[in-house]
Amino acid sequence: MSDLLTIAGKTYSSRLLIGTGKYKDFDETRESIETSGAEIVTVAIRRTNIGQNADEPNLLDFVSPDKYTILPNTAGCFSAEDAVRCCKLARELLDGHDLVKLEVLGDQKTLYPNITHTLRAARELIDDGFKVMVYTNDDPIVAKELEDMGCVAVMPLGSLIGSGLGILNPHNIKLIMEEANVPIIVDAGVGTASDAALAMEMGCDGVLLNSAVAHAQKPVLMASAMKKAIEAGREAFLAGRMPRKAYASASSPLDGLSR
Amino acid sequence: MKLTVNGDTLSLDGNTIADLVTQMELAGRRLAVEVNREIIPKSQHADFALNEDDVVEIVHAIGGG
Repeated sequence: MSDLLTIAGKTYSSRLLIGTGKYKDFDETRESIETSGAEIVTVAIRRTNIGQNADEPNLLDFVSPDKYTILPNTAGCFSAEDAVRCCKLARELLDGHDLVKLEVLGDQKTLYPNITHTLRAARELIDDGFKVMVYTNDDPIVAKELEDMGCVAVMPLGSLIGSGLGILNPHNIKLIMEEANVPIIVDAGVGTASDAALAMEMGCDGVLLNSAVAHAQKPVLMASAMKKAIEAGREAFLAGRMPRKAYASASSPLDGLSR
Repeated sequence: MKLTVNGDTLSLDGNTIADLVTQMELAGRRLAVEVNREIIPKSQHADFALNEDDVVEIVHAIGGG
């Protein structure tokens, strides 16, 4: 069955997007990402260290832009200006690659998105030719505004970044999906496989996660679990679940029992 | 010449971005460079002349979510 995710005109067979942060080392990063089946992989843009060891390995040697769609993020940016600057550096770094994950954060405690700055940065980046996948809260009005502005995917949080609390307001995510004409990707908050499966069962187009795999006791095994959860959830959504009922309905015929 | 590179003072023996990158033992790596907050494309690194007190940022990709 062909069931592809399309973002900015490019198709992907995996609906799992995965981060590269918080792993023990690059080997674990690479193995987890390979196992997850993800095709879109987020990275952060940071200063090189002065006096860096010349033979210190480089993330992109382990997660090759030839193999994966690299999605640079603006994590750590608390203003529209910083986020836009970060995206421009990423575009130069990745030879003109213009797909970015925009996140403008509000404060250190919650890492909740600052929506006024997010809207401003999204406008500026889109005008500059970027294809913007945008991290936002689970507010359906803001999500629609970001779509109307031209963002190529809207990525509402399930719960706070790195919290592992799952999808705390599935009703809002559904409201966002009802109005959406671009992919809706749950970004942040997924803690374990059932959280990812729930997002997909609800009809989300994809899930972006990092900590749930990187901070599992066995990251590679959790990456495998996430791959299956995303696929199972997606199939369950496409299959269409049975209606919920208040009372029992026997699966075996009640007639014809030997007496 | 004296530069500020990624927030620290650095003395450069040479005058181009390429010289700086080599001195920092970052040659051949995937980088982006800003001079005085303006991005200088890779294609210009060999020729772009730095000046005393320039503020340079050199970034690369690291793990992130």
